Amino acid sequence: MLSAQNFGESGKMKEYHYAGPTEHRFSPYAFNGGTVLAVAGEDFAIVASDTRLSEGYSIHSRDSPKCYKLTDTTVLGCSGFHGDCLTLTKIIDARLKMYKHSNNKTMTSGAIAAMLSTILYSRRFFPYYVYNIIGGLDEQGKGAVYSFDPVGSYQRDTYKAGGSASAMLQPLLDNQIGFKNMEGVEHVPLTKDKAVQLVKDVFVSAAERDVYTGDALRICIVTKEGIEEQNIPLRKD
Amino acid sequence: MALEDICNFKDKPTHKTFPFYASEDTSVSVFTESFNFKWRGEMTSKKASDVPLEFHVPSLFKRPSSRASHSVSVRRPFPLSHGTTTLGFIFQGGVIAAADTRASAGGLVACPAVHKITPIHSHLVVTSSGSGADCMLWERILTREIRLYQLRHKRRLSIRGTAKLLSLMLHPFKGTDVCVALTLCGWDKLIYVCSDGARLQGDIFSVGSGSPYAYGVLDRSLSWSLHKEEAILLAREAVFRATHRDAYSGNNVDLFHVTAEGWRQRQREDLKEEYYRDMEKRGKKMDLKTKKAAKITQ
Repeated sequence: MLSAQNFGESGKMKEYHYAGPTEHRFSPYAFNGGTVLAVAGEDFAIVASDTRLSEGYSIHSRDSPKCYKLTDTTVLGCSGFHGDCLTLTKIIDARLKMYKHSNNKTMTSGAIAAMLSTILYSRRFFPYYVYNIIGGLDEQGKGAVYSFDPVGSYQRDTYKAGGSASAMLQPLLDNQIGFKNMEGVEHVPLTKDKAVQLVKDVFVSAAERDVYTGDALRICIVTKEGIEEQNIPLRKD
Repeated sequence: MALEDICNFKDKPTHKTFPFYASEDTSVSVFTESFNFKWRGEMTSKKASDVPLEFHVPSLFKRPSSRASHSVSVRRPFPLSHGTTTLGFIFQGGVIAAADTRASAGGLVACPAVHKITPIHSHLVVTSSGSGADCMLWERILTREIRLYQLRHKRRLSIRGTAKLLSLMLHPFKGTDVCVALTLCGWDKLIYVCSDGARLQGDIFSVGSGSPYAYGVLDRSLSWSLHKEEAILLAREAVFRATHRDAYSGNNVDLFHVTAEGWRQRQREDLKEEYYRDMEKRGKKMDLKTKKAAKITQ
């Protein structure tokens, strides 16, 4: 079992060469890979993640999706360190229940986002190593995506990619959904079917080039009718 | 948050109890050992007129004196967002606050459209720089405290008071990782507060990695008697030049104008177009220069 000391900043393995005597300390973090993506449309939101759980050169599981259903209108995607993902989702579930019992209503997506921000910041000096993206419908029924950094800074977006392949996927989404750096193109609003197809294509590309992404893709489509789930196989190598 | 306090509602949130108390399990390693930081005024005063000092602060690590050689803080495997250009200055028509909108984490642009200028109330706007999460959360805490003061004392806290309160709240975190450098822009005052403990009032402030470039532009053309449009153009120009030269600043420019009537926000502007316009202007100038040079040599 390789320790997280062998990993550089982004979780990629450091080169092996002798750099002098080093002191190995126990690191409480590990990097388990995985990519999460969320897209918000006019009346829908899509949260998608791959299902590979890896550590170093090994794959722990090919069926470990990173989308967690929070309420009927909100899905959370978290990638990074799997231990922290599990604990964080447990805490969020407990807080949701507490809110439901004391206020007699389900938390809205915006409220969940604000709450998650304070939960993450309460561990400012020993952070949860998790990249969160919340996708859901806001009070008006429009799609909403909230993206977080590991210590709680958050922002409402239209689309966001997080996790190991985020640096590869985000520019692609900027171009296809945000129409950035394209001249003379008509800005067509995104339909649900086109968005789902785009997400599938984007993950296929991510699986090609990122070793920590692959195996299968889990898509959660949030509409006012409910949450629909789809599973699509990806490269297993 | 504010409503809870005003109703004296004592809630014990789960996230405060989750890391175990040091006294409960002494054999646990240093990483799970943490205690809730008790801000001095945690014994809440019964009188409603006192400034509330109890608020949810992130738990700090206890520094074990027996293992002084180890650095206690856990090494983070990810970079946090940093890098910015923000500026503020006073002129005869009020105060202008401007900032770029890029949040960078290491070498990656984490978000190209961040709000670095946030209104606290109708006459106070704060520009943030430093770590994104710290700034966002501390602004939220500050807004809450200011609102509570207003509810309790039936008047707004002055800008100097706000700055002092913020400085006092940040003081326990001096020496830790918290990196917050805020400029409070009132309608006639500019106060810079940072997590190192500095609290300075001034006429012109620029904060962040792009601030040297912004200062250069501002120092050249800033004067008290500028018109509103000139001041706005100047602030915009300063941010544009800073984003051009500084790698960690970029994308758009946000501009707020604060007067005695309140703050007004100018529409966010993408600086990419500005860059191309600037290049075109220079291109025309260059052509003129080369033509003149060619004429002389002929």
